[in-house]
Amino acid sequence: MRSVQLIILQRLGLGLLTLLVVSMVIFIAVNSLPGDFAQAILGQGATPEAVEAIRQQIGLDKPPVTRYFEWLGGAVTGDMGVSFAQANFASNFGSTSNTGVTVVDQIAPRLANTMFLAGVTALIAVPLAVTLGILAALYRNSVFDKAANIFTLSSISSPEFFVAYILILLLAVLNPIFPSLSNIFNDMPFDARLKATMLPALTLTLVVTAHMMRMTRAAIINLLASPYIEMARLKGMSPLRVIVTHALPNALAPIINVIALNLAYLITGVVVVEVVFVYPGIGQLFVDSVKIRDIPVVQACCLIFAAAYILLNLTADILSILSNPRLRHPK
Amino acid sequence: MSRLLTIKDLWIEGRSDEQWNPIINGASLHLDKGEVLGLIGESGAGKSTLGLAAMGFVRDGVRISKGSVDFDGVDLTKASADKKRKLLGSRIAYVAQSAAASFNPAHRLIDQHVEAPVQHGIRSRAESEADGIELYAKLRLPDPEHIGFRYPHQVSGGQLQRAMTAMAMACRPDLIIFDEPTTALDVTTQIEVLAAIREIVDQFGTAAIYITHDLAVVAQMADRIKVLLKGDEVEEADTRTMLTAPTEDYTKSLWAVRSFERPKKPAVPADQTPLVSIRNVSAAYGTAKVLDDVSFDIHPGRTVAVVGESGSGKSTTARCITGLLPPIAGSIEFDGNPLAPDYRKRSKDQLRQVQMIYQMADTALNPRMSIGQIIARPVQFYMGLSGKALRARVDDLLEQIELPSDQYYHRLPSELSGGQKQRIGIARALAAEPRMIICDEVTSALDQLVAEGILRLLARLQDELGLAYMFITHDLATVRAIADEVVVMQQGKVVEAGPKDDMFKPPHHPYTDLLLSSVPEMDPDWLTELLKERGVDNIGDAATAKM
Repeated sequence: MRSVQLIILQRLGLGLLTLLVVSMVIFIAVNSLPGDFAQAILGQGATPEAVEAIRQQIGLDKPPVTRYFEWLGGAVTGDMGVSFAQANFASNFGSTSNTGVTVVDQIAPRLANTMFLAGVTALIAVPLAVTLGILAALYRNSVFDKAANIFTLSSISSPEFFVAYILILLLAVLNPIFPSLSNIFNDMPFDARLKATMLPALTLTLVVTAHMMRMTRAAIINLLASPYIEMARLKGMSPLRVIVTHALPNALAPIINVIALNLAYLITGVVVVEVVFVYPGIGQLFVDSVKIRDIPVVQACCLIFAAAYILLNLTADILSILSNPRLRHPK
Repeated sequence: MSRLLTIKDLWIEGRSDEQWNPIINGASLHLDKGEVLGLIGESGAGKSTLGLAAMGFVRDGVRISKGSVDFDGVDLTKASADKKRKLLGSRIAYVAQSAAASFNPAHRLIDQHVEAPVQHGIRSRAESEADGIELYAKLRLPDPEHIGFRYPHQVSGGQLQRAMTAMAMACRPDLIIFDEPTTALDVTTQIEVLAAIREIVDQFGTAAIYITHDLAVVAQMADRIKVLLKGDEVEEADTRTMLTAPTEDYTKSLWAVRSFERPKKPAVPADQTPLVSIRNVSAAYGTAKVLDDVSFDIHPGRTVAVVGESGSGKSTTARCITGLLPPIAGSIEFDGNPLAPDYRKRSKDQLRQVQMIYQMADTALNPRMSIGQIIARPVQFYMGLSGKALRARVDDLLEQIELPSDQYYHRLPSELSGGQKQRIGIARALAAEPRMIICDEVTSALDQLVAEGILRLLARLQDELGLAYMFITHDLATVRAIADEVVVMQQGKVVEAGPKDDMFKPPHHPYTDLLLSSVPEMDPDWLTELLKERGVDNIGDAATAKM
C-alpha cells in the first residue's frame, strides 16, 4: 500500500502546483481584459479624476505583481476580497475601509446551487450512461446499440438551449410535470428544490450522457478479445456476467476519467442552461461579472472552476490507480 | 470404453480480406472417456481452432461451415447457446496457453476457481473453496491454503498454469482441452506442470485433448497422437507407433528437425584476444541486483550460447554489452579495448560492431516502413551509402537472407511470415557489418521447421562472414545445434561455462544437471522415469524453494 500512498501524495502535490500556475494564468488573463471596472461603471462621461479616484480606492493603481500576491494571499486564507460592483462607493468614498459585500458572500449561495444541480445531474447521468454503455457492449451492433448511439449522439450534437426548449415543451408545457423556470431560493424545502432543478438536470443529463456511455462501451469492447474474457466464456458464464464481472472491473480507469471530465463540465460549463431556466448558478454570476469587469468575482469564479477541474481529475486519477489490483496488492 | 466425443468431417473457416478462408478441412476425431489425445502441428495448423471447436466454441470471425461435434450425445454445432453454456466449464473445461493472460487480473484466484461450480449450481461457494484448496494441494502448489487468495500478478507463471489446471478441474469435467499449457514456461517449470497435469488427469479419469507443437511433450501426455498440417489431417496413431514408425513424410520431417547439429570447430588458440570480454560485471534495475559478478569471453567467429531460466540475467547481460544498461561494477572489453559503459558515450564504429536480433520480430520491425527502408536505414547510418549504392547493398543483404529483392523490397512487415520477419531482423543486423551479433531468443517464437531454417542461415552467415554470436536461449536443443561454448546462468550468476561437449557430458553443476534432465525426450516413458528418479516430492520442494 505504501506505493499507492506515495503516488497519491505525488498527485496531490502536482495538483496544488497546477492550481498555482493556473492562478497566475487567471490573474494575467483577467487583468489584460480591455477596460477596467472604473471605466465600466462610470460610463463614457467619466472624468479622468473620477476614474482615478475609484481606481485608487479599489487598489487598481498598485502594480500587478503586488495585486497578484495580495489576491493569492487572501485566496489561501479564504478571503477572496470584496466585489467591486457591490462596494458602496457613496458611503465609503474617500475612506480607507471597504465594507461592501465580500466575494465569498456573493459566490457561496450560487456555488451551492450549482453543486446541487451538478449533483442531481450526476446521480441521474452517471448510472444511466454506464448502464447504457454496458448494455450497448452486451448487445453490440444490435438495434439497441445503434439506437442508443444515435440518441445520445444527437442529443450531444444539438445546442444545449435547443434541448432545453424541447424539454420545456414536453415536460412543462404539453405535460406540466416540472416548472419551466427554476426559482431557487435559500430556505426552499428539498423536494420543491429538487422539482425545480429537474428540467435543467435532465437537459444536462442529455448533454453529458453520450461521452460516458460511449467510453464505457468502447472500454469494455476493447477488452472482449482478451484471453481472460475468452476463458470466462469457456467456463460457460452468461454474456452479462462476462461483461459485468470480467470486463468492467478492468475497464474502469478510462470510464472514471471520462466521468470526471463530464462532472467538471457540469460545474463549470453550464451557463447556457442556467440562462434558459433562469437558474441562479455560478455560471450566470461569472458572465455578469465579466461584463462589468468585477475582477475579484471573475478571478474567484475562475479559481473555483480550475480547482473543480483539478480536484475531479485528481480524484479520477486516484480512483483509476486504485482500480488496478497490481497497485492495490503489490507482490 | 464408451465414446465421449466424436468430431465428424469438421470444416472451419475464418474471415479475412472480405472472404472466408479455410482453417480446418474436414477433420475427424474421436475420444473415449478417460483417454488423452495429443494434437500436434506447426502454428497455423489449426490445432487451437480444432481444440476450441471440440467445445463447440469458435472465436469471432470464425465459423463452422460443415460437420458435427458430438459430445456425449449433444451436437455442439447445432446446440443452442444456453445449452452449450451449461456444458462449458461444468463438463468440458479449457486450459489456455498463457495462464498469466487467461486469469482475470481483477479477481483473486479462488474467486475465479469457484466461479464455474457456483454459477453452474454444482457446488456452494464454501464447498468449492475447500475443494479448490484440496486441488491446489494435489497439484503441489506451495501454501495451498492461502495461494488462492492472491491475485494473478502475485503468483509465478508455472504456479498460475497449475492453478488454471485446478480451475479446469473444479467441476470435475469429463473432458479438458489443454491448449499448449507449458509452451510459455521454462523447462524446469514445465516438468512440474506436466507431472501435475498428468497425475490429476489420471486420478479423475478425465479425458483430454492435449494441443502442442512439442513432440517430446506430447509423447509424455498422450495415449494417441494426431498430426495436423495447414488444416489437414496428416496421420493418427497411438503414441508409441507414432514415435517409432511414422508413415507420412511430414511427420518424419517433424522428427528430423532435432537432428541438425553444427560440426565441431577447432579449439580457440590460447593467445587469441577475445572479441568481447565481460569482466566481473554486476548490474541492477533500481535497487534490485540482477547480475552478480558475471565474466565470460566471446571469441571471433564462434557462438556462445547463454542458457538459463527466465529471470536468470541472460538478456540483462546483453543489455550491458550493448551499453543500454550501464553496469554498476565490472567492465566490458571489445577486441582488447574497454567499451564505455553507456552506449551514448561509445563511438559510432564501436556501436556498429555489435548488433542485436530480437525474440519478437513482430514488434522489432517498424510496421509502417517497407522492408527496403528497414534494411536501408542502418546502411545509411553506419556506411553512409545513398542512391544506387544503397539500393545495391540492400539487394545484397536480401540475397544473403535468401529473400529475393524484387519480391520483398517494397513489402511491409505485416505481409511476411514469422520466419521471414526474423530474417529481416538478421539482415538489419548484418547491414551494419558487425563483428558480433547478439541473438536474444531469436527462434523461441518460431515453429521447429522455421526455427531450423533460421539456425542454418545463422550458421552459414557465420562461416561466410566470421561473425561471433552471443546466443541467448532457454532451449537446450538449440544450444546443441549451434553452440561452440555454453554459459549457464542462474539468478544473475554464471554457474558453469565451457565448451559445448563438456557441458553435455557429466559431471555437471547441479543446476546444469537440472536443466539438462528437464528437457523432454521423445521416449514416452521419459517423464515417468524422471519423476521416479527425482522422487516426486522433489518437485514440490523445487516449487516451494522458488517462492
